[in-house]
Formats: sequence, C-alpha cells, structure tokens
Amino acid sequence: MTGLAKLLRTTAFKLSLFYLGVFALSIVLALGYVAWSAERILTRGMIQTIESEIADLEDVYRRGGLRRLGGAVNRRAQSPGASVYLFTTPLGERIAGNVASVTPGALDRPGERTIAYERVRDEERSADAPEAVVVHRALVRVFVLPGGFRLLVGRDMGERDRLVESIRGAFGWSFLVLVLLGFVGGWLVSKRVLGRIEAMTATTKTIMAGDLSGRLAVAGTGDELDRLAENLNAMLDRIGELMEGMRQVSDNIAHDLKSPLARLRARADEALRTAESPDALRAALERTIEESDDLIRVFNALLMIARLEAGNADAVLAPVDAAEIARGVGELYEAAAEEAGLRLELDVADALPLRGSRELLGQALANLLDNALKYAADVAPGAAVTLSARREDGHVVLGVADRGPGIPVADRERATERFVRLETARTRPGFGLGLSLVAAVARLHGGTLRLEDAEPGLRASLVLPAALSPPFPPGRG
Amino acid sequence: MKILVVEDDREAAAYLAKGLKEAGHVVDHAENGLDGYALAESGDYDILVVDRMLPKLDGLSLIRSLREQKVTTPVLILSALGQVDDRVKGLRAGGDDYLPKPYAFSELLARVEVLARRGAGAAQAEETSYKVGDLELDRLARRVTRAGEAIELQPREFRLLEYLMKNAGRVVTRTMLLEHVWDYHFDPQTNVIDVHVSRLRAKIDRGFDTALIQTVRGAGYRIRTGAE
Repeated sequence: MTGLAKLLRTTAFKLSLFYLGVFALSIVLALGYVAWSAERILTRGMIQTIESEIADLEDVYRRGGLRRLGGAVNRRAQSPGASVYLFTTPLGERIAGNVASVTPGALDRPGERTIAYERVRDEERSADAPEAVVVHRALVRVFVLPGGFRLLVGRDMGERDRLVESIRGAFGWSFLVLVLLGFVGGWLVSKRVLGRIEAMTATTKTIMAGDLSGRLAVAGTGDELDRLAENLNAMLDRIGELMEGMRQVSDNIAHDLKSPLARLRARADEALRTAESPDALRAALERTIEESDDLIRVFNALLMIARLEAGNADAVLAPVDAAEIARGVGELYEAAAEEAGLRLELDVADALPLRGSRELLGQALANLLDNALKYAADVAPGAAVTLSARREDGHVVLGVADRGPGIPVADRERATERFVRLETARTRPGFGLGLSLVAAVARLHGGTLRLEDAEPGLRASLVLPAALSPPFPPGRG
Repeated sequence: MKILVVEDDREAAAYLAKGLKEAGHVVDHAENGLDGYALAESGDYDILVVDRMLPKLDGLSLIRSLREQKVTTPVLILSALGQVDDRVKGLRAGGDDYLPKPYAFSELLARVEVLARRGAGAAQAEETSYKVGDLELDRLARRVTRAGEAIELQPREFRLLEYLMKNAGRVVTRTMLLEHVWDYHFDPQTNVIDVHVSRLRAKIDRGFDTALIQTVRGAGYRIRTGAE
C-alpha cells in the first residue's frame, strides 16, 4: 500500500472528509439562503420604486391627460438613474422615455415582467457603431391607457444582477477555499495521527518480538492517543511485573521444591538399600508420605495464589459479614492458641458487610493466626494474640496482632513475596507462602495487606473496601 | 457396600478399587463417562466415586444426567481442580461431596462411608437424638448426658459431638470436621481440630472407664459404637 493510500484509509481522514461534507453542505445552505434573500429584497425594493413612480405618473395623467403625462415621462427620463420609462402610441412608436427598443411584444399586454431593452443613448451610440448595441435587462410594468397608448415604467436590473453575481462569486470562491482547506487539514491531521499510530505499532511490534522493556511514546498533550499510550504502558508494566513474578516463582520453585524432592528421593533410596526390618521400611514410608503431603500443600498454595492473581473476582465474591467470619475463625483458633500457651483476644465489631468470599477471608485469617501462633508462642508465652475486625474510614480492616518477634521495616515488603522466608523464619516449618496467599486474597477483594509494628510484635491486617450499601436483605440476622 | 468408581486413570482406579475392597466393599469400575452413566443408571450402587475429567462424558455432565433421571445415589467427586469455585460447581451439578486430588486414601474411605450411610438414611427423617453406649445427645433440647449425667457443651462442641455421633462407628477426618462443623474447606497448619476434639473428649470421657472418642491414627476420629 502506498503512503497516500494508507493515509486516505485512516479513520482520521475519513472523519475529516465526513465533517468537510457536512460543513460544505451547511455553507451551501447558508450562502444560498443569503443569496436568495438578497435577491428577493432587491427585487422587492425595485417593485416598490416602480409602484411609487406609477402612483406619481397616474396622478399626472389624472390631472393633465396624455399630454402632461408625456411631458412628465420625458422629464423623468432625462434625469440619470436606473429608472426606465417608455410612453408609446397604440402602434408602439415612442412618444417619450429613455427606452429605444424593447423585446418584441413586451408592450402588448399590461402587467409586470422582465424584459430586455436598449437605452436611447445606446441607440445613438450604436448608430455610429451598430455592432456595439448594449442590451439591458429591466423589471417593468406595462399599462394600456385609454386610446391604446402604452406606458412602461421599470427599473434597470443591472445593479441587482451585479450584486447577485458578486454574492454568487463569493459563494463559489469560499466553497472552493473551504474544500481545499478541509482536505489539506484532514490530510495534515491524519498524517499526524497516522504518524503516532505508526510509531505505536512499531513499538508494539518490537515488544511482541520479545523486548518487554519498550514503552510507547507519550506526547504529553493529554489527548486520547496519550491516554491510550499511557494505559498500554501501564499494561506493559503489569505484564512485566507478572513475567518477573513468574520468573521469580519458577526460580523459587526450582530451588524450594527441588530440595524437598531430593530429600524425599534420598530417603526412599536409603530405606530401600539399608532398611533391615519391616518396621524400619514402614517408618521410612510414613516419612515419605508426610513429605509428599507437605509438597502437595505447597503446590496447592502456589496454585491457589496463581488462581487468585489471575482470577475473576466477581465469580467468588458475594455479600458477606466480615465480623461473622472473624468470630468464626477466632472461635476455631481459640483453643489452639491456649494450647500453644497464648491468649486469643477478639476485638470484633457487630457487623461488617462487604463483598467477599467467606472461604478465602476465613483462610486468610487462619493463615495469619497460624503465623501468630507459630512465631509468638515461644517468644512471648502467655501473651495475647488479638484478632480484630473493625471499620476504619470506609474500609473493613481484619487484623491479627501478636507479641512475637515482628518483621523489621526493611523486610516488610519482601515478606509477602512467594517463598520468601525471612531470617527469623528459617528455623521453623513453613514454605513462605502464607503471607503471599493472604496478600493475594486481599488483592482479589480490591484491598491490601498491611504489615505494621504492634510494638512489640507484628500486626498484619487485610484492608478491604467496605460494602457501599447494606448488602443484607432485611430479615436476615 | 457396592461402590462404582468412574475413573479413566487405570492405575489410580486400581489403587482405589484395591483399597476399597480391602475395606470390605464391592467395587465396579468404569473407564469413561458413558459406561459409568450406563452402570450407575442400571446398577444398584450405594455410592458413586466419579472423576471430574472423563473421556466421552465429563463427570459433571454425568452427574447432572443421573440427577435428571432421578437417580439419587450419593456421588463423591474427585478432581484435580480444588479451588473454591470448582467445589461449588461440582456440588451444584448434583455431587454430594468433593475431594481434590491428590488425596489420602484414608480421607477418601472416610468420606465414602459417611456418604453411603447418608444415602441409605436419606429416605428416613433425620433422627432427633443419638445414643452411643451411655452417651445420649438430644438434638431438639440440645442436651447431652452420659450415664444420665448432664454435660455442659459449647454450641460448637455440641455440633462436633453431633457430627461424630451421627456417624458413630465411622471414621471422620479432620477436614470433614472442619467442613461440617465450621463450614470451611481449607487446610489449617495448626492442629486446631485436634485441640477442639481433645477438649470435647475431656468433657465426654473424663471420669468414665470407656473412652468413647477414639483417635484413628493417620485418618481422624471415631466415636465407638456400643458393640465394640
């Protein structure tokens, strides 16, 4: 496709062509109306002048008859102007007036009409040079007087015709200029738009080819193309993050899953080679199953995080009461906390309606409580673990605070990443997926996971958007 | 009990059939959805164990078709998909329980036995009281007595005991308890269920010669029937 053909096929060009058409049509209508009404006004003015002259001449005729009329016509014909007079005998011979000849038959009937005529002066001139006869047009009224005498009164149309002509001329020119400007304008706009789109296309091509670092140019005009470019860039950032996440996950999987798999294999191998009694084999098998279960748990958690991150929130979210969920999970963990030498305290509001998944929020809270019990039990025996569910300026905050070692500020961001097990956690069971899962649940609900210093200890809170209106139908407890 | 296993993975099916037979059940096996449907419709099974992804007719369609034909045999769905919405879809199609793969055989066996009992008892109205040995639970009055002595239970402990007694003599796993008593389907890292059961046990069995609530190693819990 040639450059021009491409240009002519752009949306911008088609649009400007369309607007040009609409504009041209309205110009035609507007100028046409102006020309038409100018012509009408001028014609009406001429008719009025003619009528007042006729009234005058009628007056003269009534008082002095044909003779006086002839004199008056002659006098008027002498004065310069656009008025046209002719007074003839019944046979059409001129008695008085400034008209030498008229269209044949123009005098036969009374009435108003447009005629062609020659002026008296023209006739004199044309006698010298017969070919230079100038024919004028006039709007006239013809009267038949008693005895068959004719009187013609009219106005030359030259002036009116010239005016109308000049309006038409202006009309034509402006139309031409308009079309030209519109065409050039459309072409320029399309060229500009096409240029930017071409640049975008080129960039996206390099990105598709695998260079994810490319970004679309933003012109800074804030127009729709800029917004598009900004959004595409944001999308690319997100894709980049996800790819980076994937890469990290696969690295971590390679690292964190390979070692337990290797252990598993080594144990089975060793049992096969060295176990001497059925009991020893049984014990080895039992350990193997335990380790497999752990691995399955890791896979489940990974899959779940992936599903939550890729998932469609609307499919799982429904109106729920976060307070009820917190109370339920609290009740589930109360005994376990006591068993671990801790005290679980509940600080839960009456009702906290929001759009959420009872199962996922329950699991997130369970993960946080698992962590709290795991880390706080031997650091602060007898201390309180607080499970709170409160409303905080438009948000529902579900939090678990413990008196354990906490997480240093520098590590907080990293703590929610997959497989990250901070130094303090290295020596304890776990896979470093708990907080990632909680963070994924928070994100699915349109919220965040907030990690704070509980002075001492850690306060981990899900900050979730509250339901805008009461989601429970009346009558439900 | 007569069990139909519909599973296209032969090795998994053989493992399943072997285990179920060892537990004293009669097992038939179908390798695809259509054969499974034909067998399930004509045969008189106590329970169906159906894999979700099957050749010819997928598991969920199979269950829907059976339910349309008014076949009410309880169905346990097995699936590699274990997320919240997968479970909901499975139960909505007419399944009675959902077990994500990979599973522990003890878990599957416990669920199959509880489901089959539910299927058999479905025609009768739910009992209003349970009795195991000298332990009695009145569901209407929400009262528990052992040897005529009233035992005070928290509402959750009452439901825990109710579920154990409803399935007296059968093993119930920790995840089954979490599902039926707390209505959650996740897998807590902390031994929350064990702690609840041991508290219940302290209230029920302390001071009596026979311990009614037994721990079944590697599986879960069982409330002993009087015959044992």
